[in-house]
Amino acid sequence: MIGLTQVARPPAPSAFSNALVFGWRAVLKFKHVPEQLFDLVMTPIMFTLLFTFVFGGALAGSPGSYLQVFLPGILVQTVMFNAVYSGMGLSTDLSKGLFDRFRSLPIWSLAPFAGLMVGDVLRHTIAGGIILTIGLILGYRPEAGILGVLGSFALLITIGFGTGWIFIVLGLLIRTPMTVMTIGFTFMFPLIFASNIMVDPKTMPGWLRAFVEVNPVSLMTSAMRGLMGGTATVEQVGVALIAPITLTLLLAPLTVWLYRRQ
Amino acid sequence: MNSITPAVHARGLVKKFGDLRAVDGIDLDVPRGMIFAILGPNGAGKTTLMRMLATLLHPDEGAASVMGHDLKAAPDQVRASIAMTGQFASLDEDLTGRENLMLLARLWGFRGKLARERADQLLATFDLADAATKQVKDYSGGMRRRLDIAASLIVTPGVLFLDEPTTGLDPVARKSVWGMIRQLAGSGVTILLTTQYMDEADQLAARIAVIDHGKKIAEGTPRELKVATGSGFLHVAVADPARLEEAAKLLELHLRAAVQRSAEGGRLAVVAKSPKDANAALGALIDAGIELADFSMGSPSLEEVFFALTGKAKP
Repeated sequence: MIGLTQVARPPAPSAFSNALVFGWRAVLKFKHVPEQLFDLVMTPIMFTLLFTFVFGGALAGSPGSYLQVFLPGILVQTVMFNAVYSGMGLSTDLSKGLFDRFRSLPIWSLAPFAGLMVGDVLRHTIAGGIILTIGLILGYRPEAGILGVLGSFALLITIGFGTGWIFIVLGLLIRTPMTVMTIGFTFMFPLIFASNIMVDPKTMPGWLRAFVEVNPVSLMTSAMRGLMGGTATVEQVGVALIAPITLTLLLAPLTVWLYRRQ
Repeated sequence: MNSITPAVHARGLVKKFGDLRAVDGIDLDVPRGMIFAILGPNGAGKTTLMRMLATLLHPDEGAASVMGHDLKAAPDQVRASIAMTGQFASLDEDLTGRENLMLLARLWGFRGKLARERADQLLATFDLADAATKQVKDYSGGMRRRLDIAASLIVTPGVLFLDEPTTGLDPVARKSVWGMIRQLAGSGVTILLTTQYMDEADQLAARIAVIDHGKKIAEGTPRELKVATGSGFLHVAVADPARLEEAAKLLELHLRAAVQRSAEGGRLAVVAKSPKDANAALGALIDAGIELADFSMGSPSLEEVFFALTGKAKP
């Protein structure tokens, strides 16, 4: 049997090349499970259309002027919700024993996580691109032009990256993918609705406004609006980065610890 | 590392889960090139023991080396010389068979076309070439198992760990996995497998360690295990039916056990504690001038062995 002759190990690949292989896996998943792309973009498209046309007139005078405020916010909401996918994928891999195989290979132990991140970045870029396109068709105009949009997408991916750690930690702790999603959404919904994404905080009661104004989701949304509208300040972008950077600094080491603990 | 170091050498391995001592002080020596079976009922600690040896769990006590590399000091070298096929097919269901193998080949360091070539070689070897472009979720149980084992052979491992390789397979798929395991062993790979099936250990393994409640309760070749339980059967056919009673008395005297007569009347069967006892009893028959048409020492099934060792009906 030809496959059973002794085959020696080729020169060990670099940690970076290991990570790329996991990234390739994420791309293959898109090819074989195109449905996930549907989940990924249908909800935000629905939100964009419903909010713009149903509430837009009441909230901002006209659907057109509402879209101008709402679009950068729906982008933030989308990447935060979509970050759940890597946690669910991780939980699936763990429950199926796939991670046991990865862990018994002589590879960089964090490569599988790097692969999840590659998948996340792809998802965020695709979903963000589709929503922006819909927005442009509906009449959204980013005043800051191409550079502003590129800058806002860089921030967007950073936000998704930071949020991703929450779900990766949940994925490592919880062996049922659906539970990862439910727990994640339970925390995510209040954070996203009690923010300045959909409604101007000025219309909210004082106690709620106090929360909304320090809610990291609001800070990130304001920075997105600033970058796309050409009015961003360094301070605005700086405070928007606090949450993703803090999450990464806290949860990345926790991820490593949880992964190696066994 | 030299060629004399055993493939697996473990001393006093312990793994605790809370109050449960899942593995409770196990010593193990697996010589190179051998098929070695760990036999035991569900929950005996087989999988935990194997996961420790595959660097997936840290032992709480004890030490072990695999292919001469210490588990604690050199886990990366251990990982480079082993492969593990878990109890549940550890494959990506969404990817095709070929993609699964290519993924692992790339992780091992096969670049570009080489990864694809290695994947296709293994697919052909394991009779999966036709299913190369099918997603694994559409594979049958037997195909998954074959792909799972193929995935462990991207680079020929020093030791291949197989955790219950045929659990849940139909008899035909089971036979084909057995054939594969034998061929692998023939190519020089040391194989450590766990099983809860007596016949599987008996069919495949050169040595068997019987494990129950985290402890090794017996170890030896299948034959030794059967003999150790002392429940072998000596079957004797006497040439002259007239001397049957005399022969039965002699056997009873030497083996101190009740002799059963077969239905046709010409054969005698008696429990013999060891081949030595059986030999002595046969010697007595010959010394008495009783001519034997034929005799044989029959083995008890491993099921009977397990019963004798643990007092449990069935693992």
